[in-house]
Amino acid sequence: MNAIQRLGRDALDRVGGIGASGIMLARSAIGVPSLSGFGLFTHQMYRVGVLSLLIILVSGLFIGLVLGLQGFTILSKYGSAQALGTMVSLTLVRELGPVITALLFAGRAGSALTAEIGLMKATEQLASMEMIGVDPLRRIVAPRFWAGVISLPMLAIIFSAVGIIGGKMVGVNWLGVDEGSFWNSMQNNVNFSDDILNGVIKSIVFGVVCTWIAVYQGYAAKPTSEGISTATTNTVVYSSLCVLGLDFILTAVMFGGLS
Amino acid sequence: MRTRGAEFGVGMFIILTVAALFFLALRVSGLLDSVDKGGYTVTAHFQNIGGLAPRAKVTLSGVVIGRVTQISIDPKRLDAIVTMKIDNSMNQISTDSTASILTEGLIGGQYIGVSLGADDSMMKQGSEFDNTQSALVLEDLISKFLFSKATAPDAAAAPASAPAATAAVAAGKSTF
Repeated sequence: MNAIQRLGRDALDRVGGIGASGIMLARSAIGVPSLSGFGLFTHQMYRVGVLSLLIILVSGLFIGLVLGLQGFTILSKYGSAQALGTMVSLTLVRELGPVITALLFAGRAGSALTAEIGLMKATEQLASMEMIGVDPLRRIVAPRFWAGVISLPMLAIIFSAVGIIGGKMVGVNWLGVDEGSFWNSMQNNVNFSDDILNGVIKSIVFGVVCTWIAVYQGYAAKPTSEGISTATTNTVVYSSLCVLGLDFILTAVMFGGLS
Repeated sequence: MRTRGAEFGVGMFIILTVAALFFLALRVSGLLDSVDKGGYTVTAHFQNIGGLAPRAKVTLSGVVIGRVTQISIDPKRLDAIVTMKIDNSMNQISTDSTASILTEGLIGGQYIGVSLGADDSMMKQGSEFDNTQSALVLEDLISKFLFSKATAPDAAAAPASAPAATAAVAAGKSTF
């Protein structure tokens, strides 16, 4: 009997949590367009976006290098190594760019957001803000949310571009694929609106989901040291699962002919 | 001073993103190529287009002079109708030119090659290629070859000599 009760309470808590996070998203997202908030927003863009640049640049470069190497060995078996450019660019722009950026973003910036907001709650900074009449949703959550939503697509674009340059380095400069056919096959097969813009749309969706989860987990964390650590773990786990699951759905809608 | 550093960083971040987006747009997707530079559209009917796809190139003597814009089925003739856009500078294509579907490399992409005719009237907007040559389909070629072998008068001789040749190669005496 006790177990069944606990199951029911757990389910109610979870549904309530989804609802609370939705309300929080609505209330904080509305509160952004104020001029005084712009400085806060810039500062969060710096912390969320600019400080994530290094990991994005390095991992993008290495993923491009690996794609070039693997693609070359597979494609040269079929005598079509000149299709390397197409393979590298489509893989990066459609899939790996948005997805890996979102996963890295959840680990690098999402966990930091959760820990920061969770600690603010544990040290009762959020409560004291409410006491002096400042809405913590607007002051704390909104700038962080928008910074995440805007910087994730930007990071994904940079990731894809750096990855393609990495693939070109391996394919053209080291393995000797013809440079002209590398770029030419890429330009013939990559469509700006179908491939690149759809990739950007994907990463915008991932940006909303990842930052939403991170901010809510921090805001709803238990105000103890254990609660903050659980919330941080949850952020990374939930964000990764949501990104991978949503990626399948978005790919099916955008590229899979399910429309 | 700290906000100033942050602003500078965010500014660099935005510039980097715009640069990356330009790279993706121009260098990767070749957006400039697909910008409408003008040109006239002509059509051609094909029995079989093989693997031809929109945005495939149209060439004359191997030089790109246009792009395929649309491929569909002609509802009256029930064959493939390929619409392509040719650059305005290429106004010297006579109306009896031939459009053939060729393959780039052994298993590369397919494109349209134009070989000029001798007529005095030139192609213009809405013209149609009268002479076309469909894509070569490997299966058709092989079946044609086998069929001609089977019906040839010396059909019995060819299979008989084949095992002997194989045996000679296996023994290391000769090569194909």
